[in-house]
Amino acid sequence: MIYLDNAATSWPKPQPVIQAMQDYLERAGGNPGRSGHRLSIAAGRILYDARESLAEFFGLQDPFRVIFTLNATHALNLAIHGLLRPGDQVVVGGMEHNAVMRPLRWLEKHGVQVAKVPANQHGQLDPAAFASALAQSPRLVVINHASNVCGTIAPVAEIASLAHAAGAFVLVDAAQTAGVLPVDINSLDVDLLAFTGHKSLLGPPGTGGLLLADHFEPQELKPLVQGGTGSRSEFEIQPDDLPDHYESGTPNGVGIAGLAAGISWLQERGVENLRDHEIEISRRLRQGLSQIPGLCLYGPSDSQQATAVLSFTIEGKTVSEIGYHLDEDYEILCRVGLHCAPAAHHSLGTFPSGTVRLSLGPTTTHAQIDQTIRAVERIATL
Amino acid sequence: MIADPFFAAILFHTTTSALRSEKLLKKAGLEIKLVPTPRHLSSDCGIAIRCLWIERQIAQGILSSAGVEHEVHSLDEMI
Repeated sequence: MIYLDNAATSWPKPQPVIQAMQDYLERAGGNPGRSGHRLSIAAGRILYDARESLAEFFGLQDPFRVIFTLNATHALNLAIHGLLRPGDQVVVGGMEHNAVMRPLRWLEKHGVQVAKVPANQHGQLDPAAFASALAQSPRLVVINHASNVCGTIAPVAEIASLAHAAGAFVLVDAAQTAGVLPVDINSLDVDLLAFTGHKSLLGPPGTGGLLLADHFEPQELKPLVQGGTGSRSEFEIQPDDLPDHYESGTPNGVGIAGLAAGISWLQERGVENLRDHEIEISRRLRQGLSQIPGLCLYGPSDSQQATAVLSFTIEGKTVSEIGYHLDEDYEILCRVGLHCAPAAHHSLGTFPSGTVRLSLGPTTTHAQIDQTIRAVERIATL
Repeated sequence: MIADPFFAAILFHTTTSALRSEKLLKKAGLEIKLVPTPRHLSSDCGIAIRCLWIERQIAQGILSSAGVEHEVHSLDEMI
C-alpha cells in the first residue's frame, strides 16, 4: 500500500506518538488542572511540556499563548468569531479552505463584509493585489499559508506587512505547513496562527491550536466557549488568565501527549531536512507525471514554491475513476474532488469537477513515487 | 514568641502557572512540591507549590522575574 493522502491526515504515525498516548492513558490518566492528586498533576505536566515544546517549535516566547483546540478548524473559528464584530471588514486570499470561508460566510449574514483577493491559476497570490481591499481598513486579513489542493505557498510575511500597515490583524492558516516548512510566528509577522496536530506535526486527530503572538493583546479576542477551567472556580465568570480564558472543558490530554511526541520526532530529524526530502520526491513525481499525455498538473512548476501536495486531472477521465483505480488496482491512496476548498478550485479553474490530489509525507520513498507514476500512466491509457 | 512556619504555600491563578513555576523553581534547585491548594487559603480547585519558608523570597524573586503572578502564604496549618 502507498499512502499519498498526508494532506488529509498523516500516516503512519511515528511509533513514539503511539507510545506516548498509551503511556498517558496508563500512567497519567487524571484530569489535568482539576484535582491535586498525582495522576492529575502527571497529566498537567504532560500538557504543560507540550505547550512549551509547541511554543519553542513556532518561535513563541510565552507558552501560555499556545491555546489548545480540537483541530485547525476549531482554532480558525476561535480566531474569526473571536475577532470580528458586525460592521467589520475582513480580507481573505483566493486559496482558502472552507474552515475559513464557512465561518466568514456565516458572519457575512451578520454584518461582516468579506473581500476576497484572487489567486492566479497556479494558486499564487500577489501581495500588491491586496492594496485596494486593505484601503477599506479591514479588521482582519486571513491567509492560507499553503494550499491544501496544490501546495502553493503564500507570501505571508509580505502580505502581513501590508496588512499591519493598514491596521489589520493577520491570521494565518498553517494547517498544511506546520511540520512541513519551518514556521516561525515572528518571521511570518502574524498575530494569530492556527495549526492542526494530526497532519504534518504527526500527532493524532483531535489536536490543534491557536497561537497568539507575543505582542497580541488577548482582550481583542473573545473566547469561543466558556466553562470549567479548574481555575478561579469561586467565580461564575470566565477567567481572563491565559490559556484558561480560551480553554474550557477537559482537554484532549491523550492526543496532546501524542502531538508532543510528534514534535520531538520532527525536531530530532529537523524540519529543514524533511523539507529537502519532500522537495526531492515531489519534484520527481511532478516530472514523471508531466510526461503523461493528456495529464494536466496544477500549482507552481517549481517544487520549492509548494509543499509536497500535487493535483492533476487527465483529459477524458473523471477524478473519481482515477482515484478508484489507484486504490483498487494499485493500492495507492489519495483524495479526489474539491478538498473542502471550492475557492481554491475556482482559482485553479478546476471547479466543480475537482482534481486528483497526491500528498506526500516524510516516509514516502523514491520507489513509491516511481510506482505511482507508472500506475497513473497505465490509468491514463485505459 | 511564635516561631516561623516551616513551609510556605505559593498559590497561582492557573494550573499552567503552577506547572511552569514548578519547572522554574526545580531548575533553580529549590526544594519544592506540588500540593493540592489548601482549602483555608483558597476556595479554588487545583494545585499550589509548597516550598521551605526560608526560601520563599528566593522563589518569589524567580517567579516575579519570569512574570508569573502568584501569592505566598504560610503553611503552618497544613503540616
